Amino acid sequence: MTEATDNNQQTDTPPRAPAGAGPVIHVAPSPHSFSKSLTTRWMMADVLLAAAPLVAWAIFQFGAEALLQLVVCVGGCVVAEAVFTAMRGRCPLGAMKDLSAPVTGVILAMSLPCTAPWYVGFIGACAAIGIGKVVFGGLGQNIFNPAMVGRAFVMICFAWALAAGGYVQLDEETAAAAADPESGMAMTAKEPLDVISQATPMDVLKTRIKDRKEAAPTTSPARDDESPVALSRLFLGNVNGSIGEVSTLACLIGGLYLCWRRTAAWQIPAGVLLASVITAGLAHLGGGGAGLSMADFVGYHMFGGALMFGAFFIATDPVSSPITPKGRWIFGIGLGLFIMLFRTMSVFPEGVMFAVLMMNAVVPLINRWTIGTPVGGPVPERK
Amino acid sequence: MASDGPTAGERFLRGLIPENPVYRQLLGMCPTLAVTGGMKTAMTMAGAVAFVLICANVLTSLIRNLLKPHLRILVFTLTIAAFVTIADRVLAYAMYDMSQELGPYIPLIIVNCVIICRCEVCASKQSVVVAASDAAGQSIGFAMALASIAAVREILGSGTFFGLRVMPEAWPNWGIMVMPPGAFLTLGLLLGLANWIGAVREKRSGAV
Repeated sequence: MTEATDNNQQTDTPPRAPAGAGPVIHVAPSPHSFSKSLTTRWMMADVLLAAAPLVAWAIFQFGAEALLQLVVCVGGCVVAEAVFTAMRGRCPLGAMKDLSAPVTGVILAMSLPCTAPWYVGFIGACAAIGIGKVVFGGLGQNIFNPAMVGRAFVMICFAWALAAGGYVQLDEETAAAAADPESGMAMTAKEPLDVISQATPMDVLKTRIKDRKEAAPTTSPARDDESPVALSRLFLGNVNGSIGEVSTLACLIGGLYLCWRRTAAWQIPAGVLLASVITAGLAHLGGGGAGLSMADFVGYHMFGGALMFGAFFIATDPVSSPITPKGRWIFGIGLGLFIMLFRTMSVFPEGVMFAVLMMNAVVPLINRWTIGTPVGGPVPERK
Repeated sequence: MASDGPTAGERFLRGLIPENPVYRQLLGMCPTLAVTGGMKTAMTMAGAVAFVLICANVLTSLIRNLLKPHLRILVFTLTIAAFVTIADRVLAYAMYDMSQELGPYIPLIIVNCVIICRCEVCASKQSVVVAASDAAGQSIGFAMALASIAAVREILGSGTFFGLRVMPEAWPNWGIMVMPPGAFLTLGLLLGLANWIGAVREKRSGAV
């Protein structure tokens, strides 16, 4: 899609205008791009701009470690893009101009924990650009979201750094608390000085559900009454998690900007949010509510994990998402369903990455199902 | 009959690189992907395949004048199955742990297309000497291909080579490499590399 926009720049001057033949009527085959801002480069710059609040919050919240992660990922992506494009015999600088490598780097960095060592970000960046994008033929040809390919690669490679435990940087005190199941660990932590020492919200929820399954009748009611972390804190982002996902507010600001600029298709986040609210509600009705009230449970799923970040920043990648409006609704709704399915049914506390990769795989099918009828009726089948 | 076909030496050399079973013919993908997590398993598999391939090729070549065209695949498969059973039992006797580790992949050599392909292409048409050297060349080619994939996977995934530590202690193991996705990624990237080398060599020879 982005490539198409690039190739079909306005032909302002017809190639041959007969001299003195009156007003020139501009005729060009569709699609007509009438917005100068919808070039690949501008769209990518928009994403970078929209990610600014997230970056700012990440650095405020996690400090220099987040900045380092960001630098490593963006640097890794740019270097990998240059190397791999040169290997394909293309001009590395030409590929650099569309700004897609820094965008992949930023999204990858935002989806990693700040505690992950530097090589995790670097290897992830190389995998994202190499296996996720260039192997398929470069930007516009990749089936999967490059940043998520990179994250999945390092997630499976270095599970210790990225699975739930990787987010928690245990000091001795909390390690001792973790070893003692009675203390209830991060759930009861009042105001921890360092957010990095808590479990991530989604992990808390997962543990809570598991605890209740194992000891359903004996769970003390006192523990059930309070929400694990206040929703307002989740919304602002004063919790632990991947560096970009923690603040729902920052995700909303950036995401709404993207939708307003039409860089991101609004149907996708709308579909994701709709589907996951409904699924979370159903999960609560079905008894999987972990002892929270319905509103708390749904809010927790909305604000607690990477759902907002995924819905606005990851899923809306114009290359690996459907091109038709109807298809975008299907994509978004399917994504929301899968995210909630992974969160409630799988062993992982979070499912945005796998859900995005799975839905990316069916995008060509969605595109074929929802393709519009051209003006003048359907094209007759060729015998 | 032996005259109309490549000679023994040609058959042997072709099996190494130009008609490499994995990189050129894309045969025997199941063991290529499944047992290349480490050098030890990969080399055991290569040895078992070599034994079965050479024996099956020689036997098929000996009975090639008795083969009926419509029954030949059946005869190939039964011949191969006999030698695979021998290899499986010997392995279980001599290297019990390795046999357990390889599990079903030793019996699965029966359906390894490399062997059926060589019986069909070479052994059922040519003399015993040619068939034997063809089998030897293909086995070495197969072993080299498995070794290349297993080396990448074991060094990146475990930091070791034949179980010996080659990477520094601080090396973080790339867990994905010893798992099935690592097999697909490594095979794909090495195939791309092999094709690229082939293309470059072709261009160079075309220019000269």
